[in-house]
Amino acid sequence: MDLTYSAEENAFRMEVRAWLEANVPSAPLPSFDASREGFEAHREWERKLSEGNWGMVTWPKEYGGRALDLIQWLIFEEEYWRAGAPLRVNQNGIFLLGPTLMEFGTPEQKARFLTAMASGEEIWAQAWSEPQAGSDLAAVRSTARREGDEYVLNGHKIWSSRAVFADWAFGLFRSDPGSERHKGLSLIFFPLNAPGVRVQAIPQIDGETGFAEIFLEDVRVPAFNRLGDEGQGWHICMATAGFERGLMLRSPARFQMAAKRLVELYRKHEAECDPAIRDAVLQAHMDAEAYALSIYSTASRLIAGGKIGAEASTNKIFWSEMDIAMHRTALAILGARAELVRAAPAAGEDARWLEGYFFSLAGPIYAGSNEIQKNIIAERMLGLPRG
Amino acid sequence: MDFRFTDEQKMTAEAVEGLLADLCQASDLRRLMESGDARDEKRWTALVEMGLQGALVAEEEGGLGLKPADFVLVAEACGRAGLPEPLVDNAGVAIPLLADIVRATGAGADLLEQALAGEITVAAAHPVNAFIADADTAGAIIAIWNDELFVVTPDAVELVRQQSSDPFRRLFTLAARPSSAVVSLPLSEAQAYLDAALDRGALFSAAQLAGIAQRAVDLGVAYSKERMQFGKPIGSYQAVKHLLATAQVKIEFVRPVIYAAAAATPDRNVFSRSRISHAKIMASEAADLACRTSVQVHGAMGYSWEVDVHFFLKRALALASWWGDARFHRARVATRVFGHPLGADQTFPKG
Ligand SMILES: Cc1cc2nc3c(=O)[nH]c(=O)nc-3n(C[C@H](O)[C@H](O)[C@H](O)COP(=O)(O)OP(=O)(O)OC[C@H]3O[C@@H](n4cnc5c(N)ncnc54)[C@H](O)[C@@H]3O)c2cc1C
Repeated sequence: MDLTYSAEENAFRMEVRAWLEANVPSAPLPSFDASREGFEAHREWERKLSEGNWGMVTWPKEYGGRALDLIQWLIFEEEYWRAGAPLRVNQNGIFLLGPTLMEFGTPEQKARFLTAMASGEEIWAQAWSEPQAGSDLAAVRSTARREGDEYVLNGHKIWSSRAVFADWAFGLFRSDPGSERHKGLSLIFFPLNAPGVRVQAIPQIDGETGFAEIFLEDVRVPAFNRLGDEGQGWHICMATAGFERGLMLRSPARFQMAAKRLVELYRKHEAECDPAIRDAVLQAHMDAEAYALSIYSTASRLIAGGKIGAEASTNKIFWSEMDIAMHRTALAILGARAELVRAAPAAGEDARWLEGYFFSLAGPIYAGSNEIQKNIIAERMLGLPRG
Repeated sequence: MDFRFTDEQKMTAEAVEGLLADLCQASDLRRLMESGDARDEKRWTALVEMGLQGALVAEEEGGLGLKPADFVLVAEACGRAGLPEPLVDNAGVAIPLLADIVRATGAGADLLEQALAGEITVAAAHPVNAFIADADTAGAIIAIWNDELFVVTPDAVELVRQQSSDPFRRLFTLAARPSSAVVSLPLSEAQAYLDAALDRGALFSAAQLAGIAQRAVDLGVAYSKERMQFGKPIGSYQAVKHLLATAQVKIEFVRPVIYAAAAATPDRNVFSRSRISHAKIMASEAADLACRTSVQVHGAMGYSWEVDVHFFLKRALALASWWGDARFHRARVATRVFGHPLGADQTFPKG
């Protein structure tokens, strides 16, 4: 064990820091959920990142990456969050589909999709869930009917984040009409502006849009858009979900910065706080560090050739619960002002804690609910009998 | 010793529950929200006609002379229904406070009379609250500026709206010192009345929070019976059952505290204050857990605007710090725990 950064890693950190200092927009960008304008501002930022080859540092150079390892990715993320850089509007693409494409895509598919993804030219949404297929994803009913060199897509997807403004979606479809459950599914890409696609925004808990329903009616896409073999969709989705829960979706830096801001908030209001709040603030710091250390150890293991397993599920539970706890603590510090939204004159910047709190409530739901994750941990990690 | 509500107490609450069942469904809430109106006139008129605004004012002062224990179930019912109109703070806190001020100063009797008749509502500032709720619709405002307390009519104040995430909360601060006043007195002279108002405010907030908690669990239960995944209702999975059961346990162990606190409120001593604070802390926790649980059980639906849970989640969040947040109330419990006799014979101490 050697828990020191190499000279090369330190130099890399400085390089990232210098680039971000020179390039991160000084004012926060408008939300990518609320308006086309905000979405496009984030796309522009993705373009800028990719111009510096900073879009996905772990990707091969030919697709706009730097071929760096996961420790360097963590360093990049630390600097990225430290700099307060914009949220990644293409997170479903770069963090989820990207690694999956790398594993399952043909060379032609990689060439077609990865570069445009890294540059933000094509922003992706995930279209897996359906009204009747949430936790029970294998219950998807949307169909992909093969006709010559094309698939004809039909069905109804729901809760697709950023689909309102995104360009493409990767969807899970039943390609074998007689099949059931996990069999006969395929992962197929479709443009969100294709004829027959209708996207309808769904207002979220705070009244803002953020996810959408997608209605597909005889949408024709080339068979080229299928990732992996026909019928391999479930297997591919589970690999993607592993990336999602395990590593990429929520890097530790996000929570370490939230914990730091929480400590700053506490210090500002220390005189009004009591030991219960103080303890919760310390807990937030410890949890964020525990998460970071755990991810560093996973990253080391993966670099050495290990595979991500059921511990992806433990990560997802840990960060989602930590996120809620941190935001609840911040609201406890804000006291009477906790309920105010940004428009309230007495709220100011502190309203971001309430916004963050609402979003944190979704954490135990998306990317596979925490109840489902606990079942996975119990059955696959601990070997308990299946219920 | 008889820890039960009387038939009369139950009947009052049932009457309110019945009215709210008719006029305060989630669809009514959504209609009001979309209209942008401060209140639903039909519902508010019906509530006023029940005559509860004078509930806690002495009979000789024109009220019903009821006690907090007579009103606590009404507050719980209002919480459960997510009532937008200010029945609880108006009748439970602000009107009795105005009555105290009128009795002490001899001024403002006509405003009290109008409030008791249901012609106007009273909105009250309090040092423990950062805002005045429902000041824009009130006919009388008990305002605080620096260390003075005022009773004013709406024309004497300039209000600044402070938007809450709860679409039905109407919060305000004052832009300036009131330009004129029916009553003005140093805050210190009103301290005893403000302390009593705080106790009532915290108690009835706790009761509303318990109602909110129960509603959140009820919504979660109803959805879990209906929603099918893996070929079964999600409520058949132990993980879901346990989430809801855990929230229900919290509710069961806060209700008796609230009810005992209601009975003790008139005592106005260290024990009654501690019990009210205990109720407020635990009711906030129960409502917080129940609402988050309900969101979780609803899955992505629970994170959508379309499902009603978020109304209750936001009200719970607001009431958790209304009339004193957890820090404030923990300090009052500490005063009792670290400064007074404890033990098995101290459940119902006399001050
Ligand atoms: C903010 C947000 C963004 C999202 N973005 C996307 C996206 O971009 N693309 C996409 O495809 N989907 C997305 N989703 C959907 C997400 O994947 C689903 O919400 C999730 O899979 C749960 O499904 P559900 O909402 O239908 O809940 P349900 O499956 O109906 O679950 C409801 C409750 O029942 C519990 N439950 C269900 N089955 C069991 C069981 N067997 N044992 C124990 N408990 C069980 C769940 O844990 C949950 O508490 C998003 C969701 C949210 C909240």
